[in-house]
Amino acid sequence: MSTSPSYDIVVIGSGAGGGTVAQELAPLVRDGVRILVLEKGPRFADQDFTGRELEMADALYQDGGAFLTRDGTMTLAFASAYGGSTVVYTGTSLTAPQRVIRAWGVPGLDHGDLTRRSAKYAEQNNVHPLDDPLINDNNRLFVEGGRKAGYLVEQFPVNVKGCRGSSLCNLGCPNQAKQGTNRVQLPRAERSGVEVVTRAEVLRVERDRSLTVRVTEKAAGTKGAPSEWAPGDYHVRTRIVVAAAGAIGTSALLLRSPLPAPRSLGHGFTCHPALILVAEHPHPITNDVGHPKSYFVDHAASERFVLETCMYFPFVTAKSLTGFGPTHSAIMHAFPRLQMILILACDHAAPGNRIAVNRTGSPVVHYRFTPQTIDGLVRGTRAAARIFFAAGARRVHAPADPPLLQAADADRLEERVTARHFRPGMLAVSAAHLMGGCGMGRSAADSVTDAWGRVHGLPWLRVADASLFPDSLEINPYLTIMGLADRVAEGIRQDWAATRG
Amino acid sequence: MTLSSPVLRAVATCVVPEAARLDPAQWDELEAIVARAVAARSRAVQRQLALFLTLLEWLPLLRYARRLSRLDPVRRAKFLDRMQRAPLLLLRRGFWGVRTLILMGYYGRPAAAADIGYRADARGWEARR
Repeated sequence: MSTSPSYDIVVIGSGAGGGTVAQELAPLVRDGVRILVLEKGPRFADQDFTGRELEMADALYQDGGAFLTRDGTMTLAFASAYGGSTVVYTGTSLTAPQRVIRAWGVPGLDHGDLTRRSAKYAEQNNVHPLDDPLINDNNRLFVEGGRKAGYLVEQFPVNVKGCRGSSLCNLGCPNQAKQGTNRVQLPRAERSGVEVVTRAEVLRVERDRSLTVRVTEKAAGTKGAPSEWAPGDYHVRTRIVVAAAGAIGTSALLLRSPLPAPRSLGHGFTCHPALILVAEHPHPITNDVGHPKSYFVDHAASERFVLETCMYFPFVTAKSLTGFGPTHSAIMHAFPRLQMILILACDHAAPGNRIAVNRTGSPVVHYRFTPQTIDGLVRGTRAAARIFFAAGARRVHAPADPPLLQAADADRLEERVTARHFRPGMLAVSAAHLMGGCGMGRSAADSVTDAWGRVHGLPWLRVADASLFPDSLEINPYLTIMGLADRVAEGIRQDWAATRG
Repeated sequence: MTLSSPVLRAVATCVVPEAARLDPAQWDELEAIVARAVAARSRAVQRQLALFLTLLEWLPLLRYARRLSRLDPVRRAKFLDRMQRAPLLLLRRGFWGVRTLILMGYYGRPAAAADIGYRADARGWEARR
């Protein structure tokens, strides 16, 4: 095993959490503090983002985007790359709802404080609503249909600069318009002297604060730059560890590490299970051009669902439709006339829904759909169908029997769309908002960390990603992750200053 | 059982009827995509997949006295529909996995994307003017 130099602070992961912490700690480098960021994924060059579906999914996502829950009924999407999942999301940027932060009941976590910190990153990442001329028909029809159907339709602020409307956000922006940590926070941190090493997976955090790290070689014919370090195993010594490898990555890392971790480690996993619904219009619409996700309807508090505009690629679309055969093919061949809506169920932490590791230390996610989560999907599907029909859609493809809803069905959606059509294993449920596993709370009896991301009983170990959420956030999480990571960085700076007297 | 087996083709042409019109080179492309995806999974998953394809091939014998690859298209579709609605999660999940691989193989080909009218372009709005 090679031995690398020692560092003062090591950040594991470079997404919304790790990238933020790296930037916020970077000024310490001037005082001689050595900071290292270890990222499991590669560093991609601009020309690597081709927008080709399977090629980019393989390059960016864990298991090519096909990471399954233990019982195989849901796909979890998360990226491994310089910038983490901020490379592949659509840039939608909302601040945490007050009612959610109150319901979390984390002592020392104040909604006002979190909002102020989130606003800082919204400004830094150029978050703003897109101008009207850039809105495509797919989004416009959602607004029109939503309002006609009586829903409050809101516009997403998005973190783009110079968006050309490729519609390929989820495959990594080919025009470098999306302002993820790969474009903003990490380059700033590196300019200040923070070292970033890619293709570096942390296998374990040891009790003596050292890390066992494996740097992998770039395989022939694959995308991305080689690692900054030579391939091999390293033993990295440090004084402070910040785990920001995402809800699954961080929880799995701590679970396979020989640490006296709190009992609730890995528990409280939530993920906003999502369904993609499509509807066919009588005429072509602009859908695969323009930013895909500009509007939403938030019924999280009342009916446990959020609807968002979306637009996916041929394979993902095909997989998301229920059934097969001529009906399925007919919908696929109507692609230029398709409108799409993403339904997110606002699930809540439930016993048994947790992250674990198998014998080799790889993450295993146990997840069962509660009746409440299924109800959120059913209600969301009915609402989406109302919006589609109000927007003029001829027919809607949904989990129903038969799966095509005609305009005449619009008045009897309660009969046509019911929970019996939402049996796990019969429909393509996926999730990209992966939360929990290292929840914040009062003590080791009820949580893994305190409100500043300090692991109970291990003050040198911090967590700074969505695993901190003690329950579902009920909105897109990235600004909240950045706000929490900002607090983690502040806590480290304060502790560092205190130890220096 | 290999992935280019008659059973996979039988399921593929049922899941995506247009697949029956693919020429040999296009079939090779589809199968290469499926093979790549399967190779990336664990050995346990690969074994489960092979086992499930065997099950799909022989299970119709009980009801129709014929293997899946020898069934007419109508009966084949009926059988697969039963699988996707099966009371056993194991069967529903297995069918969902095979269906997903076939859809990946078919719609993951640039020619299929073009055929359905998918036109996304990195140049975005500029490419449509």
